[in-house]
Amino acid sequence: MTAVAVSLTPVCAVDAVPLEGGVAALVDGSAVAVFRSFDGEVFALSNVDPFSGASVLSRGIVGSRGDAPVVSSPMYKQAFDLRTGACLDDATVRVTTYDVAVVDGVVHVGPTREVA
Amino acid sequence: MTKRQRIVVVGHGMVGHRFAQAAVERGLTETHDVLVIGEEPRAAYDRVALTSWFGSGSDALSLLPGGEYDNPRVRLVLDSVVTEIDRVARTVTVVSPPSAVDDLLANPGAVTVHEYDVLVLATGAAPFVPPVEGRGKDGCFVYRTIEDLEAIRAASAAATSGVVIGGGLLGLEAANALVQLGLDTHVVEMAPRLMPVQLDGAAGATLVRHIERLGVSVHTGMVTEAILGTHSAGGSSVTGLRLRQAGTEEGAPTQVVDAQVVVFSAGIRPRDALARECDLEVAPRGGVLVDEQCRTADPHVFAIGECAAPGGTMYGLVAPGYAMAEVVVDALLDGPGAFTGADMSTKLKLLGIDVASFGDAFATTDGALELTYADAVAGVYKKLVVSDDGRRLLGGILVGDASAYGVLRPMVSSGLALPDNPEQLILPASSGVQLGMPDEAQVCSCNDVTKADILHAVTEQGCETVADVKQCTRAGSTCGSCVATVKNVIEDHFASVGKVVDKGLCEHFRLTRQELFDVVAVHGYRRFDDIVAAHGTGRGCDVCKPAIASILASQTSTHILEPATAELQDTNDAYLANIQRNGTYSVVPRIPGGEITPDKLIVIGEVARDYGLYTKITGGQRIDLFGARMEQLPEIWRRLVEAGFESGHAYGKSLRTVKSCVGSTWCRFGVQDSVGLAIALELRYRGLRSPHKLKGGVSGCARECAEARGKDFGVIATEKGWNLYVGGNGGATPAHAKLLAGDLSTETLVSYLDRFLMYYVRTADRLQRTSTWIDQLDGGLDRVRSVVVDDSLGLGAELEAEMARHVGGYEDEWRATLEDPSKLARFVTFVNAPDTPDPSIAFTTERDQIQPIAPARIPVGAPA
Repeated sequence: MTAVAVSLTPVCAVDAVPLEGGVAALVDGSAVAVFRSFDGEVFALSNVDPFSGASVLSRGIVGSRGDAPVVSSPMYKQAFDLRTGACLDDATVRVTTYDVAVVDGVVHVGPTREVA
Repeated sequence: MTKRQRIVVVGHGMVGHRFAQAAVERGLTETHDVLVIGEEPRAAYDRVALTSWFGSGSDALSLLPGGEYDNPRVRLVLDSVVTEIDRVARTVTVVSPPSAVDDLLANPGAVTVHEYDVLVLATGAAPFVPPVEGRGKDGCFVYRTIEDLEAIRAASAAATSGVVIGGGLLGLEAANALVQLGLDTHVVEMAPRLMPVQLDGAAGATLVRHIERLGVSVHTGMVTEAILGTHSAGGSSVTGLRLRQAGTEEGAPTQVVDAQVVVFSAGIRPRDALARECDLEVAPRGGVLVDEQCRTADPHVFAIGECAAPGGTMYGLVAPGYAMAEVVVDALLDGPGAFTGADMSTKLKLLGIDVASFGDAFATTDGALELTYADAVAGVYKKLVVSDDGRRLLGGILVGDASAYGVLRPMVSSGLALPDNPEQLILPASSGVQLGMPDEAQVCSCNDVTKADILHAVTEQGCETVADVKQCTRAGSTCGSCVATVKNVIEDHFASVGKVVDKGLCEHFRLTRQELFDVVAVHGYRRFDDIVAAHGTGRGCDVCKPAIASILASQTSTHILEPATAELQDTNDAYLANIQRNGTYSVVPRIPGGEITPDKLIVIGEVARDYGLYTKITGGQRIDLFGARMEQLPEIWRRLVEAGFESGHAYGKSLRTVKSCVGSTWCRFGVQDSVGLAIALELRYRGLRSPHKLKGGVSGCARECAEARGKDFGVIATEKGWNLYVGGNGGATPAHAKLLAGDLSTETLVSYLDRFLMYYVRTADRLQRTSTWIDQLDGGLDRVRSVVVDDSLGLGAELEAEMARHVGGYEDEWRATLEDPSKLARFVTFVNAPDTPDPSIAFTTERDQIQPIAPARIPVGAPA
């Protein structure tokens, strides 16, 4: 069994996250969106759409822009890079990303991640 | 404050209408009241396109579909005749028949007198009927008004052949009408060739060959000696014509042509009688004499259009008339506008044949040279007239292929230097369109729109398509002959700034929506992955995924939340509800035709009360319930479905509502059961996924209380059945639906609607509403009519079968969702805390109902 840092919160079975889709989870009082891309990679971002303030990003359409896996906000359609949280339509905007790991078929969300 | 001035316009033809329009648009109505008096029973209509009346009816031709101006300062009185002008008292006397529908005049059916400060004569012209023996017989007609066409059509029912006297522009239009009416058609022209004013001998001969191929017999160089007929108790009716060679004496050999219908189209004469009677000067060949501002010797009286003769010349085309209307409005605003002559260039499609004549077509300029190209087999004749040094284009004639007209005609007016090999302009391989056209070149002569105006619309006003430019500048909105040039100007501009006019959906697909639709149909794809692997790149986005989801839904009738398509659905479709600004949803149950029982109303009220929802009546005659959290949607719908409601598809690009008035069951004016039809149509097309949202309406009489013409499809009851209108919408760019077909039985109406909607679903672009889809189709509404009504593509049965499949495969999306636990699984806000509501959602109370409190916005920017 892989060693896991203590701050990881188990969220759901990885199969509960649709391929190229997302779900929302409550992690330490914050809404976190968990996505899976086409190739099965798992990402975790804040669920709050920074343009509307609504907690909805997990309900966006997952796809690609160029090489980047993205989710587009269901509210006003801006695209966010799943890897970094960067908004690809507004360079000044970025959503928080979280550490995420799949352990024994369960998605675990960790602390917020610093992005260089 | 100065007193408001009164303008009286005599005549509501195309030019009178343009004057009223210009007066409103340019602000003249801020200081002036305009009274327009029209003699015909209907408001101004497009006389240039008169022949299309047979196919599309009066409404399609109308320039003022509502019959009145939006501006309260402009009043229109129809079916009324000005009988006298008193220039001293400055009054006009108007006689309205008792039958006139007229609440503007105090005394319908009486004589009224109106004062004016400014009088504008726009009485037009009347057809000239040569003094031929027998011209008064039954079966003789002229070709000018819709009433003339009605009479010709009625007479043609019992006729087998018809003759048009006059082989000019209008005469050939009239011949086209007789051909459409199924008559064996003849054209008689006194001159040795057709269209003698515009064409030379070789061009005329080319045209004759084309026309004879269509079965029209052409008799050039012949005069009509007499119209033959039978006498009976009821009068005398036409049986034929006796023709004699032009230039021969009476008694020379004659020829008889059998005909039961005769149409005179031997030119027009200005209707200047009113002016003559009040002692205004007229030109020697007719027409009210006016100066460059179109003003008569009486400073209070102007004349415009075909009744006027600026500088002594009468102009029998609409474009100069429009220019005169603008000049008079300008003059009344103290502007410098002047009418100094007009471009008499002509381009038209006669019986499907391109004909154009422009500039000095007959090479009358000193030293002018002619370059000609003729292909007798293909039926093409082209002639350029160039200056003696070969440097400037002076004019030309094109028959059979007038595609170069858009480039050539502006070269005449701008004096642009010709290329070294001017013959390249008319040789078949020529890419004449590539030649630079100067900015000041006039592209649309009907509405005086230059290339610079079009470029301005594109660069400054955000226009991207011909339809946009049409709306912004009016270019191409009258005769339509310049539409191809307008398109070229737009495309050349985008090409020159490096903007690729890419019609592909997005970065993942180079295909248009229509192409994708066909690809999916041909290959039978059911999964996005297969489609993107074979025809696209990457993993899709919020543009192509919902578009493909919609295409799959249109073709397969499978539930949109099935695993293969659930993740492709757009925001609202994904949860079968409409997302609101705080992440909650609104719920709209279907209320077909807006008819609902008290019991069902009570259920909606109880559900709203129990879940604390905000309720509002929608514009589509139903009720919207706001503020439901995502996880509440299944519970709410369970109660609604139990009470007999089903999804209203307010969340989909699909049929929304078919709005109705109360109809003949209750309304004392109604002539048909509009509610019954609206419910039937709404139930038939519910759930149909389409490129954009779709709305319908049904009105039970011509009062149109359901506002059906503001819908994608509108049905209006008539005494004989239903009129079907298509292409309307409200919103940011409102459009009034246009008549597709009239007096239909319910059965025919439904089959046309099936075809129309499926044709739209198949071929429109993503997010393209019916109005813009129709506008950008090659041929516009006529194209739709030919496919839907005439079944010109032979697609009718296929389109109806597709709709039948949709109707048969319909299921209520919400009921099916409630019955399937795997579909319900997505309606959970937090996957790891299903019982916890979203803490960011909060409400306040306003006017006794909830309202969302804006979520605490996290600062926009990179997290610290």
